Amino acid sequence: MDILFQQIINGLVQGSVYALVALGYTMVYGILGLINFAHGEVVMIGAMIALTALQALLAAAFAPVLAVLLSLMIAMAVCMALGYSIERIAYRPLRNAPRLAPLITAIGVSIVLQNLAMMIWGREYHSFTLPFSNASHQIGGAMVNDVQIVIVIVALFIMAGLMWLVHHTRTGRTMRAVAENPAAATLMGVDINRVISVTFMLGSALAAIAGFMVSANYGIVHYYMGFMLGLKAFTAAVLGGIGNLRGAMLGGVLLGLIESLGAGYIGDLTGGFLGSHYQDVFAFFVLIAVLIFRPSGLLGEKLAERA
Amino acid sequence: MKLHRSSGHLTLAIALLALPFIIDALFGHGWVRIADFALLYIMLALGLNIVVGYAGLLDLGYIAFFSVGAYTYALLGSPQFGLHWPMYVVLPLGALIACGFGVLLGAPTLKLRGDYLAIVTLGFGEIIRIFLNNLNAPVNITNGPQGISAIDPLQVGGFSFGSSFEWMGLRVDDVHLHYYLFLGFTLLVIFVSRRLEDSRIGRAWVAIREDEVAASAMGINTRNIKLLAFAMGATFGGISGGLFAGFQGFVSPESFSLMESIMVLCMVVLGGMGNIGGVVLGGVLLVALPELFRNAAGPVQQALFGKVVVDPESLRMLMFGLALILVMLWRPAGLWPSTQRRREFDADDGVLHQEQETVYDASK
Amino acid sequence: MFNHKIAFLVVLGMALAGCGKSETAAVSNSGELVIRIGAAAPLTGPQAHIGKDNEYGTRMAIDDANAKGVMIGGKKAHFELLSEDDQTDPKTATIVAQKLVDAKVNGVIGHLNSGTSIPASSIYFKNGIPQISPSATAVKFTAQGYNTAFRVMTNDAQQGKALGEFAVKVLGLKNIAVIDDRTAYGQGLADEFVKSAEANGARIVAREYTTDKSVDFTAVLTSLKGKQPELLFFGGMDPQGVPMVKQLRSLGMKTQFMMGDGGYTPKLIELGGGAEEGTYASLPGVPLDKMPNGRDFAKRYEAQFHQPIQLYAPYCYDAVNVMIAAMQKAGSAEPAKYLPEIGKVELDGVTARIAFDEKGDIRGGAVTVYQVRQGQWHAVQTMGGAAAAKP
Repeated sequence: MDILFQQIINGLVQGSVYALVALGYTMVYGILGLINFAHGEVVMIGAMIALTALQALLAAAFAPVLAVLLSLMIAMAVCMALGYSIERIAYRPLRNAPRLAPLITAIGVSIVLQNLAMMIWGREYHSFTLPFSNASHQIGGAMVNDVQIVIVIVALFIMAGLMWLVHHTRTGRTMRAVAENPAAATLMGVDINRVISVTFMLGSALAAIAGFMVSANYGIVHYYMGFMLGLKAFTAAVLGGIGNLRGAMLGGVLLGLIESLGAGYIGDLTGGFLGSHYQDVFAFFVLIAVLIFRPSGLLGEKLAERA
Repeated sequence: MKLHRSSGHLTLAIALLALPFIIDALFGHGWVRIADFALLYIMLALGLNIVVGYAGLLDLGYIAFFSVGAYTYALLGSPQFGLHWPMYVVLPLGALIACGFGVLLGAPTLKLRGDYLAIVTLGFGEIIRIFLNNLNAPVNITNGPQGISAIDPLQVGGFSFGSSFEWMGLRVDDVHLHYYLFLGFTLLVIFVSRRLEDSRIGRAWVAIREDEVAASAMGINTRNIKLLAFAMGATFGGISGGLFAGFQGFVSPESFSLMESIMVLCMVVLGGMGNIGGVVLGGVLLVALPELFRNAAGPVQQALFGKVVVDPESLRMLMFGLALILVMLWRPAGLWPSTQRRREFDADDGVLHQEQETVYDASK
Repeated sequence: MFNHKIAFLVVLGMALAGCGKSETAAVSNSGELVIRIGAAAPLTGPQAHIGKDNEYGTRMAIDDANAKGVMIGGKKAHFELLSEDDQTDPKTATIVAQKLVDAKVNGVIGHLNSGTSIPASSIYFKNGIPQISPSATAVKFTAQGYNTAFRVMTNDAQQGKALGEFAVKVLGLKNIAVIDDRTAYGQGLADEFVKSAEANGARIVAREYTTDKSVDFTAVLTSLKGKQPELLFFGGMDPQGVPMVKQLRSLGMKTQFMMGDGGYTPKLIELGGGAEEGTYASLPGVPLDKMPNGRDFAKRYEAQFHQPIQLYAPYCYDAVNVMIAAMQKAGSAEPAKYLPEIGKVELDGVTARIAFDEKGDIRGGAVTVYQVRQGQWHAVQTMGGAAAAKP
């Protein structure tokens, strides 16, 4: 029982991170119908910038709390600029091009960002340590550390904030309008380009936060870290129903749980025939099963609530 | 007119036959080997072109069929099981098994559209790779991550493509022989693609791509036609995979990663979806470009700055990524798009249509 | 639009201009004998940092040889390095191998991984080019019947055997859990470790798996918790080893942690943040400071490349010197002439006393086990290879 509880906590922590990254995919998809393949690399750049800023600030004798917050802000700012530029350079000129054209530029952007990061930060793994001690706590037989608690709480807050932003602010209303019908939105005086830019910047800011939290949790950063994370988050977004904010959150958390329960119990369930090496197979099978019965994901509907 | 065309074909044929020797003389064997790989990838890209270009189904796990073909060849023609079946049995068998996998993938995903299909195919590709990587226990089938080595070379009767021979004083090496073999298969694949393109089936694919509901209203059995697209695409992938295994002499699961699927997709889109010439061009460019950059990155810096400023290897993939972006911005429909697609594209150039559901129209 | 076009053409033009230049014939200038050593390793991608380390090790040996002025067959030899990026991709490895052969290299140091060394080895064999891998560990690499394939690294069987013996006989641990990363290296080593540990009387209580791209192992580690292993052996590299041992500790498990050569890196300590204390890792050969030539190797490496040795640089250094020794013995740098001499070389390298068996594997195959103590790697014991290891 303790082990099951621990596995659920593992899944929740992992899932919160997936959800945060998945939000970035789903926001862009909701508005543009475009898979922003470079999103995972934005997460990586966020982590790298945060690391550099944190080291510099700590070296300049800033108070630890201040240094952490400032470095996060800097990472968010850089990622927002990056997200904005990616959209301007690689996606906007292709807005009326065949649907797969921006997919290829997205892959190109992804390769460029990865190799730029390799040239700037080198090929080696970097240590990402917070200037606080990260204590483990025992909760009902399971171990949780501070960073993990913070990850889950921050993720919850961000999701709540985003829902509020989309449903109760003017910016959110224009975003929903563009998602619903861009032409009509233009007629109503919405500046589509601005809305799209804002969406990209918001998504990238979330990516920076996710990058920071992932690095703090695992303690290492590397220029290659964005690829797998992006892929998993994209899967999560589709599982929940891509284009749907609640779907991204649900999909992220579910994928985290599926993975950790899968890795923990596949062996026992199949009598040792399949082990934890089939963790990803298990996750993909669940995804395929869900999509067969609900072809637009768990929460995606024909008239999806888009953001 | 007819005479003119056939003489054009003759020139092309001579050029293709002479190509490996020209490449060899200018750049060496390494580039002939790259040409061999380019041909394998052209076959792959043409197969994917049927699924993505003709039928409009976005497939991100296409490399799975390549791996099925490769492993079929490897398992039946290596010391792994002590089987050494001849190439003319194993290659068609690999294609057939890959075709079966194509149907297996197609069947449950028929209802899915667009990006949902993309993620499921991606998952399918990963599932196949993970199974190949792990089927060494409890029963050892694929040898797991160690891969299968000492695979039989491609040979027919007593003639092996894997060794060189002298012919009228001309030394013909294994890379050259493979070139001709792969060229033959590529031409076959091109021929089949062209015939399909202009057939009832080809038109049905295009109809489904353009509007699935309208297509089924016109009496097209969309289910079977879509399955056929998956099956045909997979078959080409399987052939290419078998040839790859025989050429390389070694297969391991790491050759069939997601990045490979993405690369093949890039070839199709960058070259020009739905157009055979474009896809061939895309295949050649995407295999050759990273290798060109490998050689160019150092010397060009030397020439420009007098010294090597940035590691050539770092620069290579960076330039490759930039090239992908620039080509797509410059020619959004691909370098050499099909005439039909070009027409569609020109029609709404720069205009935001009212009937669009999203800014990126999902129907395109 | 127009700008894009120009930019693309410029890029393409640069590329084309460059590719013609890549081939220059191996000619001796000013009476010197020019000897080209090829090096192949991943210089981009997730393992690029280890690949670059290999290149540095090779470069150092070549610089040393040029500085010393090696005479081969009565001629002064000048060594040149041709380093190629194989991207850890088997297909690219064969392209790179073919290119090195085209460039008329006299020998090749590489590749880094078994998955690239094996497909490339058939090309070197066909062209009679000697290949010494500094780090490929799959048993199969030298078991293909190619007389051109050698390695200065112990294979999985040698290393797994030593580690299994150490865990059971020296540490006296009986309940062992094993995780591998499903790569050729990790799985191969883990399987051999399991064989050896079981042969020595230990019980494998769990066999779990991960990938070489994962960073979260909490799920598999949690499932180990109930089985209470005394030791966790991980077949894989340090990028996974570090988060794994961290998460092991943060889950409150006291299980000892052990890795193969993939764990013996300065990075493990740098990134571990204290959680790595007590971790065991092995490295083929004897400790650098026990070898006469090894003592100042690390110092000189750091001075030249401004980073500590990552992993296999000393093996690359030894591999080059083995090649040079064989050339000197044969009095020729012709691959066909000096190839038979490689098998007979006996050399005090920086990693061990190197000699090959009939397959091309390193004879004796001493393996040293190290442990992290107070944030430093300490040699604990050298297992096997007594005949070869004469410190």
